[in-house]
Amino acid sequence: MGKEYVTTREIAGPLLIADHIEGAKYNEIVQIKAADGSIKNGQVLEVDGDRALIQVFEGTAGLNLGGTRVKFLGRGVEVGLSPSILGRIFNGSGIPIDGSSAIIPEKRMNINGNPLNPYARNYPSEFIQTGISAIDGLNTLVRGQKLPIFSGSGLPHAQAAAQIARQAKVLGKEEKFAVVFVAMGITFEEANYFMADFKKTGALERSVMFINLANDPVIERIATPRFGLTVAEYLAFDLGMHVLVILTDMTNYCEALREISAARKEVPGRRGYPGYMYTDLATMYERAGRIKEKEGSITQIPILTMPEDDKTHPIADLTGYITEGQMFLSRNLFQQAIYPPIDVLPSLSRLKDKGIGKGKTREDHADVLNQLFAAYARGREVRELAIVLGVSALTKSDLIFVHYADEFEQEFVKQGEYENRSIEETLDIGWGLLSMFPVGELKRIRPEYIEKYLSRYTTPGEGETKDAD
Amino acid sequence: MKGKTGRVVKVSGPLVVAENIPQAKMFEMVYVSDKKLFGEIIEIKGDKASIQVYEDTSGIGPGESVYSTGLPLSVELGPGLIGSIYDGVQRPLDELRKEYGNFISRGAYKPALNRGKEWLFEPVVNKGATIKTGNVIGKVQETPVIKHKIIVPNGIEGEIISIIEKKKVTVEDVVARVKTTEGTKEIKLFQKWPVRIARPVLKRLPPVDPLVTGQRVIDAFFPIARGGTACVPGPFGSGKTVVQHQLAKWSDADIIIFVGCGERGNEMTDVLTEFPELKDPRTGRPLMERTVLIANTSNMPVAAREASVFTGITIGEYYRDMGYNVALMADSTSRWAEAMREMSGRLEEMPGEEGYPAYLASRIASFYERAGRVFILGSEEESTLSVIGAVSPPGGDLSDPVVQATLRTVRVFWSLDAQLAYARHFPSLHWLRSYSLYVDMLSDFYKKEMGEEWIGIRQEAMKILRREAELHEMVRLIGIDALSSKDRLIMETARSIREDFLQQNAFMDADTYTSLKKQYRMMKLIHLFNKLAAHALDKNVELDKILSLPVRVEISRAKLVPEKELEKFDAIEEKISSLFNMLVKEVENG
Repeated sequence: MGKEYVTTREIAGPLLIADHIEGAKYNEIVQIKAADGSIKNGQVLEVDGDRALIQVFEGTAGLNLGGTRVKFLGRGVEVGLSPSILGRIFNGSGIPIDGSSAIIPEKRMNINGNPLNPYARNYPSEFIQTGISAIDGLNTLVRGQKLPIFSGSGLPHAQAAAQIARQAKVLGKEEKFAVVFVAMGITFEEANYFMADFKKTGALERSVMFINLANDPVIERIATPRFGLTVAEYLAFDLGMHVLVILTDMTNYCEALREISAARKEVPGRRGYPGYMYTDLATMYERAGRIKEKEGSITQIPILTMPEDDKTHPIADLTGYITEGQMFLSRNLFQQAIYPPIDVLPSLSRLKDKGIGKGKTREDHADVLNQLFAAYARGREVRELAIVLGVSALTKSDLIFVHYADEFEQEFVKQGEYENRSIEETLDIGWGLLSMFPVGELKRIRPEYIEKYLSRYTTPGEGETKDAD
Repeated sequence: MKGKTGRVVKVSGPLVVAENIPQAKMFEMVYVSDKKLFGEIIEIKGDKASIQVYEDTSGIGPGESVYSTGLPLSVELGPGLIGSIYDGVQRPLDELRKEYGNFISRGAYKPALNRGKEWLFEPVVNKGATIKTGNVIGKVQETPVIKHKIIVPNGIEGEIISIIEKKKVTVEDVVARVKTTEGTKEIKLFQKWPVRIARPVLKRLPPVDPLVTGQRVIDAFFPIARGGTACVPGPFGSGKTVVQHQLAKWSDADIIIFVGCGERGNEMTDVLTEFPELKDPRTGRPLMERTVLIANTSNMPVAAREASVFTGITIGEYYRDMGYNVALMADSTSRWAEAMREMSGRLEEMPGEEGYPAYLASRIASFYERAGRVFILGSEEESTLSVIGAVSPPGGDLSDPVVQATLRTVRVFWSLDAQLAYARHFPSLHWLRSYSLYVDMLSDFYKKEMGEEWIGIRQEAMKILRREAELHEMVRLIGIDALSSKDRLIMETARSIREDFLQQNAFMDADTYTSLKKQYRMMKLIHLFNKLAAHALDKNVELDKILSLPVRVEISRAKLVPEKELEKFDAIEEKISSLFNMLVKEVENG
């Protein structure tokens, strides 16, 4: 090893092809020395005989054919790990940028990891209280889940994610908790928002940040989330911590993936994204979870901005097929000054059923959830009808539903950025809203719960006389 | 390492090209490098062979050895399959965890069938008997509900010259020797079969009876026959996986093969934790005792995902060949097709639609064609293999090539609808878009099991649902007040069919499974109410009076009537009749 090759034959976009290479291995990392002495890192994407195709993380600017020296390092991309990694800030290639020296690793791990054996998984079932009603009440997050935020440009996904990171806790337990924050191609301002927020709340000491900003090398973004997730695996399964991973913005990641695919002249899939994007995303999202007989857990909140708010866009679509639900942010709600603008209808937490109910949240949770949801769906439908037909065409019961839908958005969904509601408060707000219906409409709630909880808000019969104003 | 060797010349992701593999054959299994990554030859050009490798190829480079095995990719078939969880190439995941830890490391290998475990073998033929392929020579109690029949492997025919007595043996022990024209052959408890080749049958037959699933919308409106094929396409969040799980839980098949193909790891965990606790309504035994799981989740190597559905269906065919009714669920065939696309792209084949290979449709068809009702070899017994595949079209767009290719093959289409899912109408099968081509074939069965009346009641219900869709359009334009009482009754009845019959809560014990008898009684309640209400309208009873009858709540709660107390339906029926009698009398008496 240690041989340097000056046999670069072709440079195109982020890719470099070198000839007459001996013993190059697939996926190994290479060091590339430009003619001016600057050093870049790369990774082998393909070896064909004595020819190697290399993707250059920092971009190929400044490289030429004659003066570029390529050295193969004989190992994959690794990250050095030790407990002192907590509180540190790295760039997108895992190099510290917080002014302190590199950590002294106790252990090195390949950033691609190995697939978790499905048999080793423990089913996520511990309720995480985020203090946000639209999540806790209707789209409950559990430990070990991957629940992305489907957002659009200009929507407050950063605030929502920061609020979750700030408030998330498991009821009745004090446990080791850490946040891994991975920024891919976001602006300095957005990254700074998170850093400032973490600093302010003291979360920084139990955070690890990987920052690849919008003006940092695009190809580096392919590796950035894998650094973050490898650190998360170490914290969770070696140190037994409960790790929340925030990945923002997956859209930028996928665009970097597309760039490499285009440079390799691969057959493009939908909208030019490569056909293997599903698999590629899955190898990251699936690193969330819990392991049997292990203390820690990895919960992922990837954020993605859907181009034109289009959820059928391949990035959102493929993500939705892998993750365990999604939280939709709605431009419509945002424009009505409702924060967090979570549209609960298309939002979903697939794991909620195992995380709610007696002993976890409250016995009535599932029923209340279904009723709140069904009534809101009906209310929205009627509200749309009212736009076509006019309010006068609605029946009295329809009017209650419209009123409910409005109140639901104002009372239940809307809350302060620093308002931390307990699950009891959330459910009680829900009952308060449901009390506007006649009891007969509450088909989805078991009679015994109606008796036990609804009576706090209404005397029998009162609901029916209450009118929409 | 035994075997002859070739050399790697190219590595590109899961595709490795090697040269000079002696006597390379298509679909032959090979081991790449000394790490023993195993793969399959999928293309041969001159002295170069393309290999799809079932494990991560990082760190592999040109010059490394490739070991040939001379054998095609095969699965082991024998006792011990039931209750196991395998990856796409039949590595036992539970054993791997014991040996290699929580993460699947490269080159990890354990045999699919436990070599140390002993099974009590019971011979059913004697020395001197003449046997041929498919004959049963003995039995092993695999689980309390499944008797595993040891069948004569393909190609063996002759006289038994020795067979062991009833005793405990491992899968590798020889239980019988057979004198054939090609010399003496040994029969063990297990045999191997190449996954890409369908196991032979004596004769294929058209399906005649339904696979009862306990899911009302399926059994009543869009049934799948035993030995039939169905597909479940739907956008994410529309409940595909829940439908698949429900079918795996409650279908009245003897054996369930569940293939998690490129989907979430936690879903497999869900199955693994839930199935041992759930009881089969027919046998009262845990569901796991009739289930084989194949889990190649989305983060596991993509080439093994391509193999996983074949691994699953081969195991399915093996149990079919013992005379069992088998149902296979594959979730999701889109991920399988994508794996094909990825390999095709790496082979630099000319792409067809959306980058999928041109042979996409024929591969899909040949997979579903392995389903069927058959006479099995050796005994002329009848058995079935049903296949239900989920499809995950991008953006829920049904014009996706995988959906279209699947629809050309399968006979049942359960179209899941995002709008219904948003409205929390589950299972979100769209009643106007779904279809089943088995309805007519199965009508004899329904007449016998549920009575002559059933066919008519079901058609009537479907008509009401269709009419509702038309009326709904009108209501959107001109408002509900513009409808006649009769039409409003149709709207109400349709709502009752949707909410009180079609909607079914998979997470509620009383509702998750509904027997055909109960389905019939439930539908009859709605039918009766509708019939009497229409009659009452003719007698000038006000619609509002009809709609405020409290018995409607009882109809809506009928789904919670326990299976053992179906006589409760009699009371509700009587109540409906008498209430309408009263209403009509009131009007007649002024």
